[in-house]
Amino acid sequence: MKKPFDLNADYQPESFAFNKACKKKAEELIALYPPGRQQSAVMPLLDLAQRQVAEEGAKADPPYGGWIPRAAMDHIAEILGMEKVKVYEVASFYSMYNMAPVGKYLVQLCTTTPCWLCGSDDIVKTCKKHLGIGMGETTKDGKFSLMEVECLGACVNAPMMQINDDYFEDLTSDTIKEVLDLLAEDMKPKVGSQRGRKGSMAMSGPTSLEDRAKKAGVA
Amino acid sequence: MLNDEDRIFTNLYGWEDFGLAAAKKRGDWDGTKAIIKKGREWIIEEMKASGLRGRGGAGFPTGMKWSFMPKESDGRPHYLVINADESEPGTCKDREILRHDPHKLIEGALIAGFAMGAHAAYIYIRGEFYNEGSNLWKAVHEAYDAGLLGKNAAGSGWDFDVIIHRGAGAYICGEETALIESLEGKKGQPRNKPPFPAMAGLYSCPTTVNNVETIAVAPTILRRGAGWFAGLGLNEKNAGTKLFCISGHVEQPCNVEEEMGISLKELIEKHCGGVRGGWENLKAVIPGGSSTPMLPKDVCDSIPMDFDNLREAGSGLGTAGVIVMDKDTDLIYAICRLSQFYMHESCGQCTPCREGTGWLWRVMRRMVAGNATVEEIDMLWDVTKEIEGHTICALGDAAAWPIQGLIRHFRDEMEVRIMEYRKAAA
Repeated sequence: MKKPFDLNADYQPESFAFNKACKKKAEELIALYPPGRQQSAVMPLLDLAQRQVAEEGAKADPPYGGWIPRAAMDHIAEILGMEKVKVYEVASFYSMYNMAPVGKYLVQLCTTTPCWLCGSDDIVKTCKKHLGIGMGETTKDGKFSLMEVECLGACVNAPMMQINDDYFEDLTSDTIKEVLDLLAEDMKPKVGSQRGRKGSMAMSGPTSLEDRAKKAGVA
Repeated sequence: MLNDEDRIFTNLYGWEDFGLAAAKKRGDWDGTKAIIKKGREWIIEEMKASGLRGRGGAGFPTGMKWSFMPKESDGRPHYLVINADESEPGTCKDREILRHDPHKLIEGALIAGFAMGAHAAYIYIRGEFYNEGSNLWKAVHEAYDAGLLGKNAAGSGWDFDVIIHRGAGAYICGEETALIESLEGKKGQPRNKPPFPAMAGLYSCPTTVNNVETIAVAPTILRRGAGWFAGLGLNEKNAGTKLFCISGHVEQPCNVEEEMGISLKELIEKHCGGVRGGWENLKAVIPGGSSTPMLPKDVCDSIPMDFDNLREAGSGLGTAGVIVMDKDTDLIYAICRLSQFYMHESCGQCTPCREGTGWLWRVMRRMVAGNATVEEIDMLWDVTKEIEGHTICALGDAAAWPIQGLIRHFRDEMEVRIMEYRKAAA
């Protein structure tokens, strides 16, 4: 579960403004909705703010990941002509907006029933031990935060986790360590199935559309 | 088993490129203009005749839903909203369409939008599907560049825009009115109905919300004819093909498109290599995503997978997210974990759901340990009945049903757990 919003916490920066690239992007996002309906852009703009913070955090020492400071919400409220509290309300309602600083790599482990049936307990144990942190905690070097999340919608590729924007699927205790070790070095692990299967077809090969599979060189 | 020539999603597994050129080779965007030229009435009647029922869980007849939109605009724009907020545990089918076959969805959006007098479609995609959304975004832009969207889309004479809106992690936004609230830039809390979205939905304008799979199958149905689609399945009320997601204790979990009404056993044995440890090792199956009550093995032995057969068996087809559990499964924990899910996802608006889902989870945790009394099983049942039907949206029902399924079929197991706990404590 995500951390609650603490608008007076000492980690809250004094100010926030969209940088040039994000400002342009914000204008494009607002234009997607009918005139007078700019409030619809509040979610895309919160996401944009979180991404800008993540971009800054990736270069910082120690690094940090994307989150949404109070000042960013105030900035968005001003841009969209919304009451601040309405922006706080939206930001705190949705689980993907981090209301407090997180690690550069936000490791989100799915433990809902389909993943649990396929061994997510072991994945949780491995992650905690390998990173030396518990749920909701961040490693001292600022690289990793660990979070338990609800179903991420990749159930036939269970157990799975999401790290920042990417899904890692068909996990085992060994492959999860490989992924985390690569990220610790800021290298890019292979996303998707960690057991080499294509998408969500059966592991041993297709059970339908075999002719197409052959043509595509899959089976 | 469904023949390959009757499959709609021929790039389900992403063997081929998701882009426009490859999609056209697979038959997408073929004669779109001609379909639209046949007119709104024809499209809606054809959809009705095909027997297609909504693929998002509720199974409402699609053609009829489209027909609820006002025939003429009263000055307000009409909107098509596509629900790509796939979050029901056990369900991962729309993800495959979004990332591997997005042009099916985009073409469907144009045709469906035209049929309901809408010039714009908003696709609400769950925020976690970042890479899927990125494929969809690329496909939408390809369609614009090729003149398939925008002014005079696909040469049809109809102007049409597709806008992608990313969610941010809230299961409740899969509920159509919560989704609309979210699109308007608010917390995703469901609205009271009426007014129904077809009268006053997005921005208080006539709106139809459809699931991704529902929209994505429409162009193929209209190309091949309603009769073709209606001819698949056990009867006209349960027609066509369906994407199934089979997870849990099978040898080979996978997504697959199959004929509506395929037997559960055939589905698992043909496509998933069987139940782990063999069919006799099966304990129970949740047939249609986490909200649908589980079925014990003796029902699973012969149940056909369609709306009406599963409803008669006291469950439902839902999203066709099939969660398989073998004999080693602690079913009480499996359901307890779902209770935790519903507690986390309750939007907090209605008291029975906000307070009830937490209460259910706390009692279920004690049931997992056995630290309860047998009478409390009855109380648990009663409380689920107090939640069910007493909330604005169906999340309350969805939290109640899995527990009801557990008590209905595995009460003895819960009682044994309680006895064992007492024995150990004595």
